[in-house]
Amino acid sequence: MTTPSRVPEPWGQGSGANLADILERVLDKGIVIAGDIRINLLDIELLTIKLRLIVASVDKAKEMGIDWWEDDPALSSRARHKELARENAELRERLAQLEPARAEEEAQ
Amino acid sequence: MTGLRYVYAVCRPFGTPLQAQLTGVAGDPPRLLHHHGLVAVVSHVPERDFAEGPLHRHLEDLDWLTATARAHQGVIDALTVVTTPLPLRMATVFRDDSGVRVMMEEREEAFRRTLDRLQGRVEWGVKVYAETESKDKETPAEKPASGRDYLRQRRMKVRSNEDLWQQAETFANRLHETLSTYAEDSRLHAPQNAALSGASGQNVLNAAYLVSRTESEEFVELVDRTKGEVPGMRVELTGPWAAYSFSGDPASGDPVSGDPTQKEDR
Repeated sequence: MTTPSRVPEPWGQGSGANLADILERVLDKGIVIAGDIRINLLDIELLTIKLRLIVASVDKAKEMGIDWWEDDPALSSRARHKELARENAELRERLAQLEPARAEEEAQ
Repeated sequence: MTGLRYVYAVCRPFGTPLQAQLTGVAGDPPRLLHHHGLVAVVSHVPERDFAEGPLHRHLEDLDWLTATARAHQGVIDALTVVTTPLPLRMATVFRDDSGVRVMMEEREEAFRRTLDRLQGRVEWGVKVYAETESKDKETPAEKPASGRDYLRQRRMKVRSNEDLWQQAETFANRLHETLSTYAEDSRLHAPQNAALSGASGQNVLNAAYLVSRTESEEFVELVDRTKGEVPGMRVELTGPWAAYSFSGDPASGDPVSGDPTQKEDR
């Protein structure tokens, strides 16, 4: 029989928890037991990764050094592709900025 | 006896009844299944939603997933008020009560070990956000007058970002160090992205701490004192949670623990 002392109320009931807090615990943590209904655990793991990828800006994540999905062959090509596209866009932008300036300099 | 059995958690028997109006996933009130001195907290769920095929489809549906995750967490939360539950991962489903009993027998020893370890403890979540000037990013920067000007602007932007990250990292490391000494155990989770959490700023620390209930008040005060300590850094506290992040049993090689020392023979 357990009679735990109560925790101070103002912080009770997971207050301040956002959806990401709940999902990361309910989907990612908690003890893993194979039930009779087999859901491939990998499916859930891939799903959470997918969830993160859908909503995350890959650029921003990379900027912060979050690149753990790079190890996953199923996901790395996608991540690489996005990074290339971003770099490409940035180079184009830079080129567009540099060209008029150069033309100006040459005209002088 | 129709439907499947959805298991939320395993705990030791507890005296206080759960709140009467509590409903779990699929709207069914959680029931207590006593077996071998342990309790499985179980809901009856319909086959049309929780059999293999439908469950797979549902897991791809973010709305269903969200509602089910919230219902799951609601039950775990209610349990945390009256006892120390060992939370199971979402969507652990058995054919019938006897399937649940067999599972409890097979894992009895590990359950007891983990429940002993977690007894009287809760999990607190602490996140640190670096408040980036998000407006700055949306409004296009001043038009550079030349290529050199462009590069200079860019260099300054990169440098100020680097400073911010450096500062954020130092602050987050120091906070984690302090809280880890105070807590019995800690886990670092991947930083959350803003679109899912709805929080502003960049999440630079996302950690969980295992703290005894009796020391929780002090822990909360400790975290509160760091709020506003460094400008530009926002500290957020969530909890108390059931010890989700600490539910892995090292001795059984459970992947959650991240430290498989031996295989459970079953």
